[in-house]
Amino acid sequence: MDITNAERIESREIPCQDHRLNPDQAMIDTRCVVDLSDEQLLRYGRQILLPDFGIEGQERLAAARVLIVGLGGLGSPVAMYLAAAGVGRIHLADFDRIDLSNLQRQILHDTDHIGWTKTASACQRLARLNPEVEIIAIQSRLSTESLRVVVAQVDLVVDCCDNFATRLAINGACFAAGVPLVSGAAIRMEGQITAFSGSSGGPCYRCLHPSEVHEDRTCSANGVLAPLVGIIGSIQATEAIKILTGLGTPLYGRLLLLDAATMDWRSLSLNADPECPVCSREASGSSGTSL
Amino acid sequence: MIRICYFARFREQLGLAQEEVPCQPGILTAEDLLAHLRARGGVWAEALPEGDRVMTAINQELVRPETAIRDDDEVGIFPPVTGG
Ligand SMILES: [Zn+2]
Repeated sequence: MDITNAERIESREIPCQDHRLNPDQAMIDTRCVVDLSDEQLLRYGRQILLPDFGIEGQERLAAARVLIVGLGGLGSPVAMYLAAAGVGRIHLADFDRIDLSNLQRQILHDTDHIGWTKTASACQRLARLNPEVEIIAIQSRLSTESLRVVVAQVDLVVDCCDNFATRLAINGACFAAGVPLVSGAAIRMEGQITAFSGSSGGPCYRCLHPSEVHEDRTCSANGVLAPLVGIIGSIQATEAIKILTGLGTPLYGRLLLLDAATMDWRSLSLNADPECPVCSREASGSSGTSL
Repeated sequence: MIRICYFARFREQLGLAQEEVPCQPGILTAEDLLAHLRARGGVWAEALPEGDRVMTAINQELVRPETAIRDDDEVGIFPPVTGG
C-alpha cells in the first residue's frame, strides 16, 4: 500500500455508532451489547478464560470507545494491545510524521512508513492486527475545543503524548467530561504511570503538578531506552482494559514510578489537592474551563 | 532524623540513593529541605536548581513542597516525567 492509499484510510469518514454506552458512567453499560461470534470466542478466548474477565468483559471491550493521544513510544504498545484485545472503537490522535529516529522504540511503525503520518501507519498496522476494531484517525493538532468534542465521544482516554501542555489540556477535558484517564510518561530510563477516574473530588493530573512552570525534557535531547516505553505503555494498556471491563483494582490514587537503571519501582499515594484549579470543589463550582 | 531517597535522574546525578539528615530548625517543609540540599553547592545546586520542578513525597505520599516534615519522616525526591 502506498501513502496515497494510507491517507485515504486516514481521511475515511467513519460514522459514529449509536451510543450503546452511557457517557456519564465510568463503568461500561452492557445492557445491549452484541453477541460474540465463534471466531471472536476463539480470537479472545485466552482473556475470556480469566475468571473476572469472561464473556462479559469481552462484550464490554467490544462496546468500548477509547481515545489514544500520541502514537509514539507509549502509544505504540497501547494502540496494539487495545486493538488486539478487541476494544470496539479506537480514536487515534497524532499530528506527526514518522522519522527514522522514531523506529528504535515506536514499534507500531515500519521502516517502509518513514514520511507517512503516524495515524496512517497506525491505521494500516492495527487493521492487519485486528480488522474487527473500528479506527478513527485524528491527524490535526488537538485544540482545547477539539479535545472536548472527541473526549465526549469516548469512555476512556490514554495519554501517550510527550509534553506537559497537552497533558494538562487532556486532563482538563477528561475531568470536565468525567471520563477516566490513564496517564503514562517516560524518558531516559525512568517512567511514571497513574490513572484518574474523572469523578468529582479528584485527584487529577493537575494535582500531580501544582506549579505552572514546567520545562519538558524531550527524548530527542535526553535519549530514551526503547523497551522502557514498552513497559510503561503496556501498563497503560493493562489499566485501560481493567477500567473498561471492571477487572481488578485500577491505579486510581496511586502513582507508579520506575527507575529502570536499578529496576526499582515506587508506589506513591496521590490525593486530591484541595487547591487544585481543575478538580477541587471550588474549581468545579466555577466555570470549569481551567486547565 | 529525616531519611531522604533520591530516585532515577536525581540518584544518578547525585551519585546517592539515600541519606539521613538531622532534623534542624531551618528544615520545616519539603521546600526547606530542597533549599538545604541546594545550599551544599556543586552537583546539588546543579541537580536541584531553584525554580525547577521536583516531585516530593513524604512517607510514600505525594505532597506539595510547602508540606511540613516531621522527625522520622521519609522524604522521596523524584524528577517529573512528561515525555512519551
Ligand atoms: Zn486536581
